[in-house]
Amino acid sequence: MRRFLSALIVLGLIMFFISTLPLIPEFGKASLSKVSRAFIDKDVNGNGGNIQYGVSKDLENGAANVVTSIVVDYRSFDTLGEVTVLFTSALGVGIILSGYKRKKFGREPNFILRVSVGILLPLILLFGAYVFIHGHLTPGGGFPGGTIIAAGILLLYLSNEEFDLSKTVKFVEGISGSLYVIVGLLGLAVSGVFLINFLPTGVVGNLFSSGIVPIIYILIGFKVGAELSGIVAELHREG
Amino acid sequence: MVYYISFILIGIGIYGFLTQKNLFKHLISLTIIDTAINIFIISLGYISGEEAPIYSKYTPIANFVDPLPQALVLTAIVIGVGILALGVSLLIKVYEKYGTLDVEEIVAKEGK
Repeated sequence: MRRFLSALIVLGLIMFFISTLPLIPEFGKASLSKVSRAFIDKDVNGNGGNIQYGVSKDLENGAANVVTSIVVDYRSFDTLGEVTVLFTSALGVGIILSGYKRKKFGREPNFILRVSVGILLPLILLFGAYVFIHGHLTPGGGFPGGTIIAAGILLLYLSNEEFDLSKTVKFVEGISGSLYVIVGLLGLAVSGVFLINFLPTGVVGNLFSSGIVPIIYILIGFKVGAELSGIVAELHREG
Repeated sequence: MVYYISFILIGIGIYGFLTQKNLFKHLISLTIIDTAINIFIISLGYISGEEAPIYSKYTPIANFVDPLPQALVLTAIVIGVGILALGVSLLIKVYEKYGTLDVEEIVAKEGK
């Protein structure tokens, strides 16, 4: 009876959603809004356009990845709040699970696991660092890069029972979070706007381009990696 | 149609939330709804035949899908991860107190 009623409710909801479909553009036929157009042309004053990879330079924002330019430059304040949300949730996990003794399995981890961690870990950390350093050129950025690094840290926790990183994690997290705010305050001091891109933006597509965007994405990478490693450590400590 | 996929995923999430008794399955249902809404928002900005919004060697000129929904979904994914971690830690506490994650058993133990 309960399953039947639930299925009925779900069917009703899906029918409702489908009935609202005529109100939104058909799939694949969306049109760019004025805001999206301005972000792609990298000029919010409306006289940009005709950007070419490897040619255009000294734009308002030099990141080749438009999503990165929105997340870390135009809406950077929003990203600061997002990182704060992630920090709050890591803090919440720490508070809720505090007071647990580290559970020990009392068994040596598998030989294959221990040996392959030594081979894989440098590669995983290198790949994570690559992803967040090239966040303004390729798909990726601070959030996925930090997650990849946290996955590497999880391997370390699994392969070694004595491993503990909680002090380092808190240190890295605090330093990178404060540096993010300090970069914003530097923009306030130089140009009078919080988190403004005050460095030269360079040529679209170069590694050293787009001003503060790579700097902030590297900081976000460290912060997200530290926070997720902290969450992994807390949940793993629980056993 | 990607719209229908996201609607069906939302339906699966709500169905799981209504019928299952295990709190962990409730959490997973919420995550499915979260993912479905992300898919829906991204598909709203899709323009057929156009590229991902990244200037590169292969796409030197702007011929891009809408980058704004993707930027918003990036935020939503990160917050989803935070909520999932917090929910799991709360479930650990619930399991420690009651010894079970079944809603009805928890209610029975509360009533005693």
